[in-house]
Formats: sequence, C-alpha cells, structure tokens
Amino acid sequence: MTGGSKPKKIIEPKKNPMPSQDPFLRAKNFNEVALGYTEQAVVAEANRCLQCKNAPCRQGCPVEVDIPAFIGLAAERDFAGAIKKLKEKNALPAVCGRVCPQESQCEKYCTLGKKNEPVAIGRIERYCADWELANGVLPQQVNPPTGKSVAVVGSGPAGLTCAADLAKLGHEVTVFEALHVPGGVLMYGIPEFRLPKKVVQAEINNLKNLGVNIEVNAVVGKFAVVDELLNGGGFDAVFIGTGAGLPYFMNIPGENACGVYSANEFLTRTNLMKAYRFPDADTPIRVGDKVAVLGGGNVAMDAARTALRLGAKESWIVYRRSKNELPARHEEVEHAEEEGVKFAFLTSPTRIIYNSDYWVIAMECLQYKLGEPDASGRRSPVPIPGSEFVMDVDTVVVAIGQGPNPLVPRTTKGLECNKKGNIVADLATGATSKPGVFAGGDVVTGAATVILAMGAGRTAAKAIHAYLNGDS
Amino acid sequence: MYRIVRRELLAPTLNLFEIEAPLVARKAMAGQFVILRINGEGERIPLTIADFDRAGGTITCVFQEVGKTTKELGALGEGDFLQDFVGPLGLPSHVENYGSVICVGGGVGVAPVFPIARALKEAGNEVVGIIGARTKELLFWEEKMRSACSELRVTTDDGSYVRKGFVTDLLREAIEEKKNTSLCVAIGPLPMMRAVCSLTREYGLKTIVSLNSIMVDGTGMCGCCRVTVGGETKFACVDGPEFDGHLVDFEEMARRAVIYKPQEQLAVARYVENHGHNCSCSCGGGR
Repeated sequence: MTGGSKPKKIIEPKKNPMPSQDPFLRAKNFNEVALGYTEQAVVAEANRCLQCKNAPCRQGCPVEVDIPAFIGLAAERDFAGAIKKLKEKNALPAVCGRVCPQESQCEKYCTLGKKNEPVAIGRIERYCADWELANGVLPQQVNPPTGKSVAVVGSGPAGLTCAADLAKLGHEVTVFEALHVPGGVLMYGIPEFRLPKKVVQAEINNLKNLGVNIEVNAVVGKFAVVDELLNGGGFDAVFIGTGAGLPYFMNIPGENACGVYSANEFLTRTNLMKAYRFPDADTPIRVGDKVAVLGGGNVAMDAARTALRLGAKESWIVYRRSKNELPARHEEVEHAEEEGVKFAFLTSPTRIIYNSDYWVIAMECLQYKLGEPDASGRRSPVPIPGSEFVMDVDTVVVAIGQGPNPLVPRTTKGLECNKKGNIVADLATGATSKPGVFAGGDVVTGAATVILAMGAGRTAAKAIHAYLNGDS
Repeated sequence: MYRIVRRELLAPTLNLFEIEAPLVARKAMAGQFVILRINGEGERIPLTIADFDRAGGTITCVFQEVGKTTKELGALGEGDFLQDFVGPLGLPSHVENYGSVICVGGGVGVAPVFPIARALKEAGNEVVGIIGARTKELLFWEEKMRSACSELRVTTDDGSYVRKGFVTDLLREAIEEKKNTSLCVAIGPLPMMRAVCSLTREYGLKTIVSLNSIMVDGTGMCGCCRVTVGGETKFACVDGPEFDGHLVDFEEMARRAVIYKPQEQLAVARYVENHGHNCSCSCGGGR
C-alpha cells in the first residue's frame, strides 16, 4: 500500500484483474481469451491513475497518445471523450489495447509502477475502443482535400496508421493489399483468440470512413511497380509498409518434409483462411498429436497455442535458450503455460526425421547451455557436444523469425536496402533513398511489434505531408 | 469481384474460363500464374495463365475438376463472379532467341505451355510443339498450339487420335531428328515432367518445367510451396514457378503434393453429397 497521508486517494496496489476464459476451456476454442473490463472495473482502474503532470507514460508510447487525458475522461465515464482523445493519435486503439506490449512501453514508465503495479493503460484503452465499436463510431475530423494522392503499399499496422494520418490531413489515400482482406499481420498472423478479426475489420472500416481507399488482391511489384504508381499512376508519394513476411527456416536436413510448417503458413491457414473451421471453410490444415514449435517469440507462442486449439494432444515450445531469455511477452508465455503448452528449453533440433512417406516422425535435438551475453544482451546458447537426443513429434512449426518480403524492394529501382534486404529509411522521417518514396515498420526495422510499426507509419505520414507541401 | 466472361467446356471436367481482370491482364506474361478464391469460405488456389488479352482485360485459365474447389469452380458459368483473383504472380518465362526449342504439353499442361510457345516463336525461335492426352476427347487446343508453333506433333496414350504413345516418345524422336535443339519446356502432370526430364538429361538438353505446388498466399509469405532445386530450397511462388527440371527434386514434389489428400477426399465427398448433380446450370455451386 502507498500508505501515509500524502496521496489524496487510496491507490489499489494491483491492477484490476482482466477477466478471461478458463484456461481449460479456452485451449479448445478460438474465442478471445481476455474478455475485457466491465464499466465498473474500467472506472476503478482509471481512478488508479495519478494524472501526473509530466506524464512519464507518454514517453513509452510510439504514437504519443495523451494517456493521462484519455484515462481521466474514462474515470469520469466519458468514454466518447476518451476514445476521441485516443484516436487523435492512435488509428487502431482496439488493436493496440489488445496486442501492445504495454509492460515494456507506456506502463513501464507509469509512476505507480515504481512501488506497485502500473495503471493497466492497455486494458483501459481496449475498453474505450470496444465501447466505441459497440456504441457507434464517432465521426472524425478530416481536413479539406489537398488534391494530393498517396499510395500505401501494405495494409498492416504501419500502412493503416500512415493511411489514417494522411487521410485526416486531407490527402487522398489508396492502400494496396496483396491478400484478399486488409490488415496484414493483424489478419493472417495474430490469432483470433488474441485479436478477433471482427475487431480488426471494424477498425479498418473506421479508416474507410475517413475516406481511405483499400484495394485488395493488389500485389505491388506485380500488377504495378512503385515507379508506375509515381509516374502515370497518379500518386504523388508512396509509403511502403510491406512488413516482415518472408519466413526463415532453420536450414537443417529434413525441413521440407510433410508436416513441417513455417509459422506464417501455420497461422495464415488458421487465422486468415479459417482452417479451424474445415471443412466448412475450404482451406485444410493438419495438426498431429505432438507439435513442436521452434522459437521463443510471440509468434511461437501464438503457434503453440493455436496447435492446442486445433486438437494437438501435446504442444511444445522448443527454444535454445532458457525461460529468462524468451523474447515473447511475459503475458503470452503465462497464457501458454496455463493452457498446457510445454517447454523444452536449451534445446534445438539438428535434423528432422521422416518416414518413408516423407512425413515427420521425430526431431534429433541437441542440448545447450548458456554462455556469455551476445549482441542482444541475452546469454548466448552454447551446444553441449554429444548431447543429441530424439524427440518424437509429428508436426513441426518453424517460428524463428521473418525477413522482409523482397517483392517490392526487388522491383523498385533506386531503392536502397541493407544486406538483410530491409529497406534503408531515415527513422526520423521514413524517407528512403528514392525521392517521394517512404517506408516504415518491419520492412525497415526487421520483425518488431505492431505499435512500433504504427509509430513508423505515423512518423512517415508527417514527413509525407511535409513533402507534399513542398517543405523539404 | 471478377466476372467470368466466357466459359468453354474443353472436355468432360476440363474447363476454360476467361475472367475479367484488367489489372492482371495488363501485366501478365507467359509462365506466370494467378491465385483465385471463389467465395468467402474458399481456399486460395493457383492456376497458371493460359492466355491473356491486354486490350480486352481478360485472363484465360484452364483447369480440371479434381478437388472440391475445382468442382465448385466448374459449376460456375458465364456471368458468375469470383470473389478474389490476384496476379500476375511468379516470374515470367525467360524468353530469348535460343534457335530451336521444343515445347511439350501433357494433359492440362497444354494450356500453360501455349503462351510460352507463342512467346518463344515471336522471339524468333523454331518451336516444335508436342502435345498429348490420355485419350482423344481430353485433347484440346490443337489448332491454337499449331498456330503458336513452327510444327506441332500430337499423340494420345491410348492411340485414339493421331498415334499411340506418350509425349516422351515424340520428344525422343524430335530430339533425334533435330539435333540442334537448345531448350525444352515441359508442362504437365508431375510424372510426365519427371519422365521428360530423365529423357532430356540423357541428351544434355536443358529443360524448364513449371511447378504447381500447393500455395496459400502466392507471394513468398508462407513457404508452403517450397521445393528443392539443385539442393537448395526455393519457393515456387516467387522463385518460380519455372525451374531447371534437371535440378528439381521430383520425389519431394510428389510427396508434398499429396499432403492434404485425406482432407481433399473428405471435402470432395461432402461436396458431391450436397451437390450430387454435376450441374452446368449456373446454380452457383457450393452455397
């Protein structure tokens, strides 16, 4: 307890708990795990906020949301005011309230968090956004048309944020999406049970209401290249936010055997194509009895939890470092554990073993110990010679990361990329080596978070606005 | 939505669709493919481009009804719409003047080999076309292929038309006769492409095949279509679909092609149960 007479109000030391589906039940369905606050809980949580004048939380927000302001409005039950305040800076609050790693961003800097649990900023944000989706979307102010036109390539978090900001500034915006629905990783990658797809589509509808045009089934680099969009395509600038869609594999023997999936394929079949509803949905997926997911990030947790929901009897995270080094959010690891995902730490496969029909039956693994910290600051895994053992599995999901999709970089003349294939862009503006072409999100930084991509989209939107006004 | 402007039944269960997709047609090149989805519950299936009309804004695809999706597609008619149609995907065929080339199309493979033969001939090559089918009624586009080639040879497995024999029999004869052939392009069922490659390997004749792996996105995102070529993993969707046939691991291709066979059988059985009449009445298929 904070104790003493200094604070005007008594602050609960802990966050109001997030109601969630029972782990035993939810591990068998695709419904959302976290159910959201009640009005009573959100008001109580909003009242924990100290309304600090210097608002340290704001430095942790890549899109600069005025956090104390929206929380203050929520505390007064002015949810319309709160969502309006949120949307001044955040085009996708219902998404961010669910998938942002608040513990390493806004909540990390919360004054309350020094002695107690920080204010549950993300949960309050989610409540306000859901309130709006349930009660009707409030119109947002859009500037008069500028006569300028911008093409946004990719409709993931970076592209959508950039598009929303530019549309609000009065520019005509067309978003080109390669898949048949917009949303990018929010649709194909993040599972329904963490981020319901109707929430994503509702947010995208809000963008359409701002006047953003969205063209699906449009693969830039194929139906048109960036140069064509700029010359003759009628666009004055282009933003590239094509994400990190190229799956990495381990490059170990047997990796092309049947039953080995990239996490992208495993999750795309399930989330985008709704394979969990097969045969009512046409896209199949096969999940065996014992699934091994290679990797320790959020994508790996998503895949392991998805495998359980698809009917796997056992779902394992196989990770070459230890629990402390897991790059996944703590909350995701906790959820996975609660649902029965098992962990094989300090373990990595050396080859995949298959039967005469080319189907996976096992992995040969090597055990590791932790050595000196590497460039990432985490202790690096060191293989233990002679520690080979065989792990019986019938499905393997490779979730060791993704690189940038090369379609746009390869087809855009004069666009500088680094040796990993990421587009080189000024992080302060999103400007690339090519005039009029801006980029942001995972295609620039490598695989990161939704909110960082959104921050990059916002940064680029400001720079594009300046560019279109001839300020640069 | 993408309108089917023309439908032609080339043979029983063998359909031609001409689909209105001006943005795809504008850029389509020989060797590329499209991905389509019939409706909101549909799967994404790749089909190789059989022809394109830039001015008319259409793409022509030929498909055989084998699985649930192709059966459902076959139940659609002129004026019906496909929900999604994206392309042109994959790399175009590499076209240059090689001198003398042979283009082999087996079964449905006649359709995708046609625009490649045409492009090669337009580039100045002498193009010997070889087409074959199991039986006479499954053979299509003979005249169209003849017009795209300098010379066309035809065969049927059962001898019901022109002559009895496999495309590989004609291919061997053509290679022996011509001596100066510098490239072979072969498209058809996996066993056919594999047989062609083992034959042309004997002669050291470079052979390009077009692989129709299972795909989801078709843009390099999922890796479902991976195939081993010359010991390296390639994605058929973005690195292909055409590869040097002598380097392709056909054994692996064949195994990966049947990953979802049990699910396909289930889906087909369910579809046939609900849509027993194999309709051509534009009822819309699987609602």
